Amino acid sequence: MSAIRAGTLGSETVAPAALPQSAPARTRRGGPWLGIASALVYLFLYLPLFVVVLYSFSATKVNAWPIKGYTLDWYRELLVDRDIQESIRLSVIIGLVAASIAVVLGTLTAFALDRFNFPGKPAIRFFVVMPIVLPGIVTGVAMLSFFSMLGWQLSKWTIIIAHGTFCITLILNNVVARLGQLPRSLDEASADLGAPPGRTFWRVTFPLIRPAILAGAILAFTLSFDEVVVTFFLTGREKTLPLLIWGRLRQGISPEINAAATIIVAVSLAGVLLSNRLSKQAAIGG
Amino acid sequence: MAQLAVSESAWSEARLLGRPSIELRDVSKYFGDVQAVNGISLDVRQGEFLTLLGPSGCGKTTTLRMIGGFELPSSGEILIEGEAMGDRPPYRRPVNTVFQNYALFPHMTVAQNVSYGLEMAGVPKVERQKRVQDALAMVRLPHVERRKPAELSGGQQQRVALARALVNRPAVLLLDEPLGALDLKLRKAMQLELKQLNREVGATFVYVTHDQEEALTMSDRIAVMNEGRILQLGTPGEIYERPRTRFVADFIGQTNFLEVDVDGWDGITVDVDLRGSGRLRARAPEGIQPQGRMTLAVRPEKISLLGDLPGSEVAGSNGLTGRLDEIVYVGTHTQYLIRLPGGQVLTVYRQNRAVGESEHTAGESLSVVFNPQSAALLAD
Repeated sequence: MSAIRAGTLGSETVAPAALPQSAPARTRRGGPWLGIASALVYLFLYLPLFVVVLYSFSATKVNAWPIKGYTLDWYRELLVDRDIQESIRLSVIIGLVAASIAVVLGTLTAFALDRFNFPGKPAIRFFVVMPIVLPGIVTGVAMLSFFSMLGWQLSKWTIIIAHGTFCITLILNNVVARLGQLPRSLDEASADLGAPPGRTFWRVTFPLIRPAILAGAILAFTLSFDEVVVTFFLTGREKTLPLLIWGRLRQGISPEINAAATIIVAVSLAGVLLSNRLSKQAAIGG
Repeated sequence: MAQLAVSESAWSEARLLGRPSIELRDVSKYFGDVQAVNGISLDVRQGEFLTLLGPSGCGKTTTLRMIGGFELPSSGEILIEGEAMGDRPPYRRPVNTVFQNYALFPHMTVAQNVSYGLEMAGVPKVERQKRVQDALAMVRLPHVERRKPAELSGGQQQRVALARALVNRPAVLLLDEPLGALDLKLRKAMQLELKQLNREVGATFVYVTHDQEEALTMSDRIAVMNEGRILQLGTPGEIYERPRTRFVADFIGQTNFLEVDVDGWDGITVDVDLRGSGRLRARAPEGIQPQGRMTLAVRPEKISLLGDLPGSEVAGSNGLTGRLDEIVYVGTHTQYLIRLPGGQVLTVYRQNRAVGESEHTAGESLSVVFNPQSAALLAD
């Protein structure tokens, strides 16, 4: 589920550049029905989220409508809950490391795909994109048997490797799209002006693809941060935030969980917005 | 301006020695099975403005890119300032390039763009700033140092690209259709400015274009290329007045092509028979023996209406008479299409010196004359 959502977001970040800049704003057609239909779709998508966020501020211990009073108590409780803090810390570390690994590997792969022609190039493109469309349960099972075959202990490192596989795709897509927009003549101009390849990369190419890399990295972090299925198979004793929430759900939905979920929503939302913004910047070529 | 002009660098010394700035020796380039450049040999003189002119796919850009080091020749040798370039990469050649779409670095300001080459060469900061300012002044673009390329017009970007290349005082400046993206007015102005810059700076300019008018306007010499070869190398006047092949005559300007049979040759002029339309005399082509069926090329503006010329100029001219098929008014001149008795159609340009409509009407019989020196027999 989360993989599919992120997949579409990933391609969205690429889209603004491909669209003609001067696409005229559509004039409104179809009367009020279009507006009503849109509103219903958005309600369908976001009402559940909204309810969770709202309940996280509810003063009562049980989720009940209407909400009788508002409080920040549940967030305060999160602050003293050692398990939740540990799990947030773990989720952040996993997200950062997985995204970093993906940045290096994804960028290198993007360069290979953009700059060189070699046999099997379309296949590589396909296989690198695979992890993001594979159902999490398949990735999870496959990774689990792979690691046990190697005799590795499950730990945060096994989770990081697994997350890295689908994070690479996001970086790769972003960077390949950006490299595709950059005229080759920029590299040539740099060489023409006396810069060897290394200096050309750091002075010209890298500054121009940096927004794309960052956008991809943030998206990758976001994706890793709320990943459940793959993580479920590969986690050792430590629990990431989504897994902790999952575990606690067995005792019913507590307001504290609503608060934790709200944090996840906030992180994801911020990540996606930031990533989109960076992509737009990259497309404009600032 | 003066600061950027000739300094005591290698190439001014070379000029004194009379060594060519660029030498191409039997240079070929294959892309897979496709031969883009086919055994080109060419010497470009010091400080010369040389244009590689030809249709797209003729190998002109590939030739330029080989001089710049962006492509390596499949065979043959390229020397710049007397030094064999071998497989030297672009960043080690005494050459700078103005790219077709300028290739300005979008994330840098104008000043950063222009000083990039100086920075790579390790020029100290103070000198860098001064030279950047001089270069921008030279291309008449002061006060834009802090702007980004995207904030400039196409013409301004063009000037920045020029400044970015010239600031390095290259021995050779390569220009790859740099005016292609500009509108007509601006292009004309830039053509003159480029020519001026070439004289001021003293560097050798190699210019690539498919625009024959541009080539005629700016060049000291033009190399007309087709299918990977140089068909003719010469001054604009030579190329225009004495095209050697049908391709060259056709590619540059308008030309009447007439199929003729050679009758006789006295070493200077050739007598030919214009199948069914009369007999003519023509200039003998260089280096080939005129014989059999050949093509005669006459520029439309070299042909005059008989009534327009004083009698003294008519003597010794070729004369033809035909029926006036069509009159086309084009502002500076009027085109007359004249059908000859043998069926050939001759285009004649007549300057619109007088005010008013042509006194001739379609259908009437009209005699035209032209000097045998203006009639070129082609080698193919």
